[in-house]
Amino acid sequence: MSPAAGASFRTAFVLRMAARETRASLRTLRLLLASVAVGVAAVVAIASFGALLRDSVRAQARALLGADLALHSAYAYSPKAEAEIAQLAREAPGARVARVTRFGAMAHLADGPARLAQVVAVEAGYPAYGRVTTDPPTAWAGLPGCECALVDAALLPVLEAKAGDTLLVGEARLRIGGVVTEFPGDVGLRAALGPRVFIGPQAVAATGLLGPGARVRYEAYVALPSASDAARLALRHRAPLAAERVTLRTVGDDQRGTESSLGRISSYLGLVGLLALLLGGLGVASATGSLIRRKLDSLALLRCLGASGREVLAIELLQAVALGVLGSAAGAVLGVAAQAALPRLFAGLLPVSVRFAVHWPSVAAGIGIGTWTTAVFALLPLLRVRQVAPLHLLRRTATVGGRRLDPPRVAAALALAASIVALCVVQTRGGLEGVVFAAAVGLVMGLLWASALGLRAALRRGLGARLSYPWRQGFSNLYRPANQTAAVVVAVGFGAFLLMTLVLVQHNLLRDLHTGGGRPNVALFDVQPDQRAAAKAALRAAGVAAPEFVPVVPMRIAAVGGVPVGRLLAASAGGARTDRSAWALRREYRSTYRDTLSDSERVVEGTPWAAGAWRGGASGQPPLPISMEMGLASELGLKLGDEIVWDVQGLEVPTRVAVLREVQWARFEPNFFVVFPEGPLDRAPATFVTLARLEDAGRRAALQRTVLKDHPNVSVVDLTQLQQGIEELTARLSRIVRLTALVSLAAGLLVLLAALAGSRYERLREAALLKAMGATRSQLLRIAVAEHLGLGGVAAGAALLLSLPAAWALMRYVFEAPFSVPAPPLLVMGAVVALLAVVAGVLNAAEVARRSPLAVLRAE
Amino acid sequence: MLRCQSITQTYLSGGHELTVLHDITLTLPAGGFLALVGPSGSGKTTLLGLLAGLDRPRSGQAWLDGVELGPLDEDARARLRAEKVGFVFQAYHLIPSLTALENVQVPLELLGRPAREAAREMLARVGLADRGHHYPSQLSGGEQQRVALARAFVHRPRVLFADEPTGSLDADNGAHVMDLMTQFNRELGTTLALATHDPALAARAGRVIVLAQGRLVSDSEREPEAAPEPVVLAR
Repeated sequence: MSPAAGASFRTAFVLRMAARETRASLRTLRLLLASVAVGVAAVVAIASFGALLRDSVRAQARALLGADLALHSAYAYSPKAEAEIAQLAREAPGARVARVTRFGAMAHLADGPARLAQVVAVEAGYPAYGRVTTDPPTAWAGLPGCECALVDAALLPVLEAKAGDTLLVGEARLRIGGVVTEFPGDVGLRAALGPRVFIGPQAVAATGLLGPGARVRYEAYVALPSASDAARLALRHRAPLAAERVTLRTVGDDQRGTESSLGRISSYLGLVGLLALLLGGLGVASATGSLIRRKLDSLALLRCLGASGREVLAIELLQAVALGVLGSAAGAVLGVAAQAALPRLFAGLLPVSVRFAVHWPSVAAGIGIGTWTTAVFALLPLLRVRQVAPLHLLRRTATVGGRRLDPPRVAAALALAASIVALCVVQTRGGLEGVVFAAAVGLVMGLLWASALGLRAALRRGLGARLSYPWRQGFSNLYRPANQTAAVVVAVGFGAFLLMTLVLVQHNLLRDLHTGGGRPNVALFDVQPDQRAAAKAALRAAGVAAPEFVPVVPMRIAAVGGVPVGRLLAASAGGARTDRSAWALRREYRSTYRDTLSDSERVVEGTPWAAGAWRGGASGQPPLPISMEMGLASELGLKLGDEIVWDVQGLEVPTRVAVLREVQWARFEPNFFVVFPEGPLDRAPATFVTLARLEDAGRRAALQRTVLKDHPNVSVVDLTQLQQGIEELTARLSRIVRLTALVSLAAGLLVLLAALAGSRYERLREAALLKAMGATRSQLLRIAVAEHLGLGGVAAGAALLLSLPAAWALMRYVFEAPFSVPAPPLLVMGAVVALLAVVAGVLNAAEVARRSPLAVLRAE
Repeated sequence: MLRCQSITQTYLSGGHELTVLHDITLTLPAGGFLALVGPSGSGKTTLLGLLAGLDRPRSGQAWLDGVELGPLDEDARARLRAEKVGFVFQAYHLIPSLTALENVQVPLELLGRPAREAAREMLARVGLADRGHHYPSQLSGGEQQRVALARAFVHRPRVLFADEPTGSLDADNGAHVMDLMTQFNRELGTTLALATHDPALAARAGRVIVLAQGRLVSDSEREPEAAPEPVVLAR
């Protein structure tokens, strides 16, 4: 070979060598391939499902809204609003308007259990799009005008009712005409939270429930002859309607809202998928590093035979790329299969049905991301092969070394970091969230890595030197040459960290929902002033010692900072920028008056008024001091001392923010956004609410019957039912979230298995040697237990320690709720993770121990 | 001390059954020094392994210190080896994650006996007292083989099996290792069985068996050549 030929890059040779070596290494690397595949599968499944879901939302958008334009308000439409709606209808000849009225009410049979239901009074023509499926099939068409009700299928068993029974809703008696089995845009689980009773519009008056203080939502649905008019009409009428506290939505608005909330979910899930892929990448990097050390001889041989450092690097890098392509392709196939199962996982949580289809762009992106991740992770350790000295074959001391700061390696490290950040940013749709997420992931991985290095250093410095031989031998394996301790601890630890953090957050979120431990489990509300005595008597009879009634005064905001709220709302609907959010300005407030704090609130800023200071009404000059919940104050752009005028049933009441409070909403207690001092609102029209605890479910049911018999307008809610609904919802959600964390843990364990497979040769040799020297199988197994208990224990322990501050931070800053640690489930999870590592190690050792030592020990 | 009766061993190779040992019978008394010689592939290592109980023969029986190996299960044979056998390999086979001293401790630790002092003493006897805290990768080939030797003798085995113990060493280092082995053989009465194709090494043995293609072709007993005196322990 001429020197010139030797200096050039021999592409054909490199390709041939890479192909040969890939073939040879496939067996050893197939577990690594699997860890890449798991990550890619998660990425592909989630991306495909997200894309198909988006398509479904687009295709079914009109059915989701039920019309071309939808209007809603918490108040009966004012004459101005009615005029605006009539004008809108005139501008689109042929437009049909259907009214819907929704309100909460107790539904029950004369002597059966009662349930708080959402009553939906519908006019003919709603919904204009999409099909309502009922049993019997013609029931929906016959609903307007009939003295009957259709109910969500889930409600019948709760009420112990059947079709044909007479349902009591307020003062109305309605025949159950059938059940609604499917409603367009329905999220399956909604029935668990608020089962619906559909009635005709003429039945509303008969219920007698729309009096003052009732929580009603007035809706109007407009079907246009031509859908293209929707945007034009919305533009013209949105602002004037907003000024009358009526919100107008188009199909587009609705679709954007749905897409953005679904997009957030799929972007979160996508991040978790990406994490699994990154763990696989980490496994690739670690395995590549240890593989290179084992291949030093053959690499040096190639160099002896005349291959350049660049050629050797290319051969190895091509193998990594081939591994990436194979693993990613397998992952894509797996991902498409997993995606077919996702709709089942999301059952009851999605407003649209998602058809199964292969979403090719997601598949291609998954394979691309998987291959890139594999290659870029492998590159860092691979760059060392450029420095393998041919002399290595002759003198073992001439090993891989070289300069500490090798510019190409620095560049590769930067490329790796940049790729991770870029992938996260793309996954979060270009948000800063992506950068923050990547930084958080980097921090956790860095800390896990540090704990692994700490373990290794401690063991090397003689920690455990006093232990018996198998334990010492097992621990020493954690720092054997070409060990993968750090990568395995990071990979397994990260999966465990995710899982533990999720469990901690879930525990803290659900803890306050429990009605056990003396917390109230029955709520009475909408109690009119003249019904208080009777309600009190009923509660006493049921066994509640001293029921206390809290007044609730409905009101709305009239003006903020001297500007009438209509003007603020119109400006906001017209697209003006404002620091006061429209929903907070528009909504109805149910405020109370009291001079003390409840158990679930605390003052953050300001000085509460003295008890009784405002009693009698004349002790001070307006504006009245009020205490406002912090979150609401920030939504309204208000700070301490700012003024706000309330419209209390037509009477304007000027107030000043005197106290800012923090409230734990998750607790079932009478909590309020706005609290007035006692006195000034005494004569405002109020309803009353009370909470009580009745241990016995039978007594709660009896109380419902007693109260409803004479006071059908009162809502007597068994909170345990509501709690069950919320728990079912959170259980479904957390099942999904936990599954994604389990995918990460699986990816981590695959990295462990891949590391075991990678060190198989050393393990075989060592086990054979120990056997030759007389080690029994149980001694060999104990060595494996020690090693993997070290690995799994440190991974689980570090994960546990890291999950505590992570979950604390999530509770403190995202969910703004108190934090506590449920020790038993965490410790069990930690033990399970460590045990999984031990099982993997012992199974591997058992296989190694079966081999005959002689074959292994023959002179190499 | 070592005895085998009509031992035959076969391996599967490329789907064919390959007979690597044909009907071998031999006896070696305690304290004896046996050299198995023959070209590569003649079956030396296989026979050594069968005598040490590292493998089971296809047919025939073997006894180690009067104990028949055939009926023993894997763990029983391991315990027997731990008690009575030492090994030296051509490729040293030190455990890379343990220091020299810790490598020497292993056999005693497997037996649950106090190890540290005995191992230190043994390392000193092979001239490596000051290298105890070094890892195998930090030692030369000759040093690694001397550590392996210390490890092989530290628990005072009845038999030492050595497979090409000097095969990877230069003449000086090889001779040194052999001097140590013969010295231990004499001092401790350890029975030696080694496989080699080095005639100089075989010349030190009192008994030489020549194997070819798995068959015993000659078995001769003679006066061993004297080891040069005095033995140089430290280099």
